[in-house]
Amino acid sequence: MSALDVGQALLRRRPEILPALTPLFVAFAAAPFIGSFSTFVTLTAAGLAMGMMIFTMASGLTLVFGMMDVLNFGHGAFIALGGYAASLVLLPLANWSSADSFSLNLAVFLLAAIAASLICGAFGWVFERLIVKPVYGQHLKQILATIGGAIIAEQLLYAVFSPAQIPVTLPKTFEGSFVFGEAAIEKFRVLATLVGFAVFLSEMLILNRTKIGLLIRAGVENREMVEALGYRVDRLFVAVFMAGSALAGLGGAVMALYRGQVHASMGSEFLVLCFIVIIIGGLGSVGGSFVASILVALIANYAGFLAPKLALVSNILAMVAVLLWRPRGLYPVSGR
Amino acid sequence: MSAALTIEGVHTHIGRYHILQGVDFDAPAGLTTMLLGRNGAGKTTSLRTIMGLWRASKGRIMLGSTPLQDLAASDVARLGVGYAPETMSVFSDLSVKENLVLGAREGPLDDVRLAWIFGFFPALKKFWLSRAGALSGGQKQMLSIARAIVEPRELLLIDEPTKGLAPAVVDSLIACLNEIKATGVTILMVEQNFRVAREVGDEVRLMDNGRIVHRGRMAELAADGSLQNRLLGLNLDAHQ
Repeated sequence: MSALDVGQALLRRRPEILPALTPLFVAFAAAPFIGSFSTFVTLTAAGLAMGMMIFTMASGLTLVFGMMDVLNFGHGAFIALGGYAASLVLLPLANWSSADSFSLNLAVFLLAAIAASLICGAFGWVFERLIVKPVYGQHLKQILATIGGAIIAEQLLYAVFSPAQIPVTLPKTFEGSFVFGEAAIEKFRVLATLVGFAVFLSEMLILNRTKIGLLIRAGVENREMVEALGYRVDRLFVAVFMAGSALAGLGGAVMALYRGQVHASMGSEFLVLCFIVIIIGGLGSVGGSFVASILVALIANYAGFLAPKLALVSNILAMVAVLLWRPRGLYPVSGR
Repeated sequence: MSAALTIEGVHTHIGRYHILQGVDFDAPAGLTTMLLGRNGAGKTTSLRTIMGLWRASKGRIMLGSTPLQDLAASDVARLGVGYAPETMSVFSDLSVKENLVLGAREGPLDDVRLAWIFGFFPALKKFWLSRAGALSGGQKQMLSIARAIVEPRELLLIDEPTKGLAPAVVDSLIACLNEIKATGVTILMVEQNFRVAREVGDEVRLMDNGRIVHRGRMAELAADGSLQNRLLGLNLDAHQ
């Protein structure tokens, strides 16, 4: 390889590998303290699944925050709405969930996921037009307006669905666990992990292989220049906000199934976690959020087992540690 | 020669600052008009106001018979206006190729036009798949200009294109701009390098304190030392 080739190779986009390996380092560091291999496998698999569920919920916030520079504290409302939307499909189709049929069980899960995404995407459009659009570029007003929007949305959910928790039944195929030796991995966690991976791969494919993705990545960095090239960024913003809301809804649906119930306040429970994840990952970075979600969930699981009191603050400690190491997050985006 | 671009009584405020204070000038179709003036005279603000990136608080901006002053930047661009800003504004996280793909809004990259651009800026071909953020300042400037011309435009707004470029690249750029002009494109260019202005410019408009203070032929200004001295305060022998 000539000196020129070496220079070119260095200039080519090559994502840093070290930040992506942090969940592995955490797992290796925790393993000796956990002692039992089967416990370690169970904790790690559970952490991975929880990480994927967090990622599904947070990835929409990453897109909205990164691309539109909007601090959407109303994101949690879409997580809860997604859970309720899933329950609207799952409750009438309870016989599909309870049937001894993999295809019916899978179909009802997919229908619930699609309904949650579509309904949240549609409400995302309304939320963007009514609440977010008037406060573009004004962070303080965004915080106030979106918190206000979240409170209204939560109270509307209470009014429509009642303040009581609504039970959500898991389709029969996804009940129970796979047992490997002494390690048990819940079947639904495997499904949740697959959903998270599918969301991640789809987002990466769209962002890196399509012109829409190029526009989103360029818009994250320099919205004004994208407009000066003739692209209507405001329309792209609406589409991104709807996609972000749809992803929150999908995450809410999966989380509702995982918990077996849905409640209007579940969104606000996960909102802080979503913000922690996108800060650790690097604002606007989908790949960063993916790694951060796994990292946060693994640390929470290991800490919960080894030092339960520490688990209460493990997310914050993880964020502090990462930001001390990389002040702009694991995968910072230029211009952020 | 009819005017491709006409600006009449344009005022632009940025915050509490009144930057453009009634700018009047035209850029004749098919020619290169140089917008000269000292730093802070309002040259960049003029280009940004034409582009729709800052809104004119008063006045008219006409592209042919189409008013631009109330249009968003995206709509101005869709009328065939290309913009290469002073800050280059290449998308650092995107590759050279991806930057140009975004520049080609109408469709896929045209291989013939691309080869034409590579003829002027071979570095862009060399670093085709490289991250734009890793390019040198001069290469970023080339990319910014290439992105503005990757599709045919009716009007090109170019802000200090030679800033930070090596002399050899400046020569390429001059050749490139002259070739673009030969295709009938109207160019409005802000430039601090008088040699470039003299070699590229057909017309000149001189700004000071947010107003046009001189209009004329570039060749006349280049040939008249006393005029240069009076308008620009330059001893241009030093710039030959």
